[in-house]
Amino acid sequence: MAITLNAVKFAHDQVPESPVLDIAHWSVDQGQQVFVHGPSGSGKSTLLNVISGLAPCTGGQVSVLEERLDLMSGRQRDRFRANHIGYVFQRFNLIPYLSAVDNIELATHFSNTNHSESNQSLLDSLGVDSSEWHRPTSQLSMGQQQRVAIARALVNRPEILIADEPTSSLDQTNRDRFLGILLGMAKEHNITLLFVSHDMSLTQHFDNVQALSDFNKSD
Amino acid sequence: MFFKLAIKSLLNRKGSVLMTLLAIAVAIFVLLGIEHIRQQARDSFASTVSGTDLIVGAKTGSLNLLLYSVFRIGAPTDNISWASYQKIASDPNVAWSIPISLGDSHKGYRVVGTTSDYFKHFSYGNKRTLSFSSGEQFDDVYDVVLGAEVAAALDYSIGQQIVLSHGVVSTDFNLHKNHQFTIVGVLARTGTPVDQTVHVQLQGIEAMHASGGQTGFLPPPGREPNRPGAASAQPPENITAFMLGLKSRMVTFRLQREINAFANEPLLAILPGVALSELWQMVGMFENVLRLISALVLFAAILGLSAVLLASVRERNHEIRLLRVLGAPAYYLFFLIEAEALLITVCGVLLGVLSLYLTLFFIEDRLFTDYGLHLNPSVFTADGIVIMLLVVLSALLAAAIPSLRVYAKALTNSDD
Repeated sequence: MAITLNAVKFAHDQVPESPVLDIAHWSVDQGQQVFVHGPSGSGKSTLLNVISGLAPCTGGQVSVLEERLDLMSGRQRDRFRANHIGYVFQRFNLIPYLSAVDNIELATHFSNTNHSESNQSLLDSLGVDSSEWHRPTSQLSMGQQQRVAIARALVNRPEILIADEPTSSLDQTNRDRFLGILLGMAKEHNITLLFVSHDMSLTQHFDNVQALSDFNKSD
Repeated sequence: MFFKLAIKSLLNRKGSVLMTLLAIAVAIFVLLGIEHIRQQARDSFASTVSGTDLIVGAKTGSLNLLLYSVFRIGAPTDNISWASYQKIASDPNVAWSIPISLGDSHKGYRVVGTTSDYFKHFSYGNKRTLSFSSGEQFDDVYDVVLGAEVAAALDYSIGQQIVLSHGVVSTDFNLHKNHQFTIVGVLARTGTPVDQTVHVQLQGIEAMHASGGQTGFLPPPGREPNRPGAASAQPPENITAFMLGLKSRMVTFRLQREINAFANEPLLAILPGVALSELWQMVGMFENVLRLISALVLFAAILGLSAVLLASVRERNHEIRLLRVLGAPAYYLFFLIEAEALLITVCGVLLGVLSLYLTLFFIEDRLFTDYGLHLNPSVFTADGIVIMLLVVLSALLAAAIPSLRVYAKALTNSDD
C-alpha cells in the first residue's frame, strides 16, 4: 500500500467539534493513479495536507509508504515529504524570481536522495526549451511553468506524486499536453499519483476515480 | 542555496529593499559620524595641554583658571606676585615652570607674555612640544612669536612689525603706539589655543605698560633694540599664572595642597587633566543630545526594515507555502527572513561606513587648516565596531517579528 488512512480525523483548532475530515478507512495501492473529485471546500486540500504531512491529523493513523506520519515529529515529516512526495499545485508552483534550474535545485536542497538524472535532462524530457532554463520562471508561460513544476516535483524521484488541481489554470491544449506528460512520467517511474480536481472531464484519463464524499464522512 | 534564495528574493524587491538599505546607511553615517567627531573633539580638547602637572593662578574657580590660562577665554580675576612664583618655582620638586602674563591683545588675538621656557617645556597632544614653522623664539624685549593661525589669518610674516594693544578688545583706543614689535617666529600648527596666541617676553608686556608713564624702568619712547641684559635683567612685578612640571608625579597632590595653602597670597593650583574633564562634562550635555538624535535616526531606520520585511512576508505567502511543501522546516523560513534582514543591514552598514570614510577623508584637510581639528578618517575604532555590531543585532531583533510570524504560520498549518 502506498497510502493507508485509518480512522483519520482532522479538525481546525477553531472548530474542533466539526471535523473537515473523518475517514474510517481509505487506501491507495502502489503505482495506482487515483482521481479524487469533490466540490470546493469539501476537504480535498486538507486530505492532501494530511497525506503529505503538512498538517498533522487530529486523530487516527496515517501510513504513507508503510511509515506512520502520525507518529513522526514535524521535522521528520518535513524530511519525509522532501524525500518521498512530489507536489504540483494549480498555481504558484515555482519561486517566481528563481530560474527553472534553480527551482529544481531548491527541491533537491531539502532532500537527501541521490540524483542520477541531471536537472537539465529532466527539463529536456518534459519539453522545456533550453533557452528557458535560466530565465526567472515568472517570465515563462503558464504551460511552461506547469511543466517545470512537474520536473521540480519529480527531481527527487518521489514514490508519490500529489497533484492539486494542476490543470485548472491551463487551456485545453496545454491541459492535454500536461496530463499526457504527468501520467506518462508517473507510469514510467511507477509513481503513485494522487490527482485531486473538481473537473470531471479529466476522469477519462484515470482508471481509479473516487468522490471524496464517498469515503469522507465529515458531515 | 540558502543565501542564493535570500539574495534573489531581495533583488526581486529592489525598490523597497534599496530604500531600507539607504535608510540604514544614513543612520550609520549619522551615528558613527557623530560618535567619531565627538571622540576626536574630546581627544583634541583633552590634548590642549599635556605634560603640565599643575597650573597655578590667583584664587578663583578651577574652571576659570583653566579657561583663561589654557584656552585664553575669559579674564583672570587677579594677578599673582613674581615673588610667589619664584618661591614655588624654586621648590626642589619642580622640574620646570612657565610663567604667563595675560591681558593684552592684538587684533582680537590674545597676547601672552612668557619666557623661553614656554617653547622648551609647554607640550600638547601626545607630549609634543612646540616647534617653529619659520623663524625662531624671541630674544629681544620687542620680539614676538605668533601662533600658526594668527600668522595665517592676518597674513603676517617674519620681520614684519606689529603694534600690540592693552586690554583684550580690538580697538585703536588703547594702542601702545610707541611700541612696535617685530615678528621673529611663527609656530607650527598645533590644533590648540596656542595657534591663536601672540607670544612676547614677560619684559615686553612690562615695557608696553611701563610706557604708560608710571614707573619706567625701561626707556620710554622709541625702540632701542638689543640692549644686552638691560630689559631681561628686570623681573616683572606680577604675572597672571604659571605652569609647573614636576620631577615626580608622586608629589603632585602634596604640592597642590601646599600651594593652595600658600601663606603670602591666596593661590589656586589645579591639575589640568582633572579640570579638562570637568569642563568636558559640562560640554557633555550637548554631545548626549547629539547621540540621542542619532540613536533615534537609527531606530527609525530599523523600524522601517521591520515594516518592509513584514510587508514582504505577507506578499510571499505562496512562496513560503511552497518552501514548506518542498520540505523546508519552519526554522529554515525563520532564518531565511533573518538572513534577508542581515543582508540589508550589513550592506547598509558598509555603505554608511564607506561614505563616512570618504567624507572624512575629503574634509580632513579642510577641518585641520580651518579649525585645527584633526580627524582621523579611520572609523574602525573599538567603539565604532561595537556600534556596528549593535546595529546589526538590533536589526536582527527587529526582523524577529516577521520571522516569528512566518515560523508560527509554518508550524501550525500552512494551508491558508
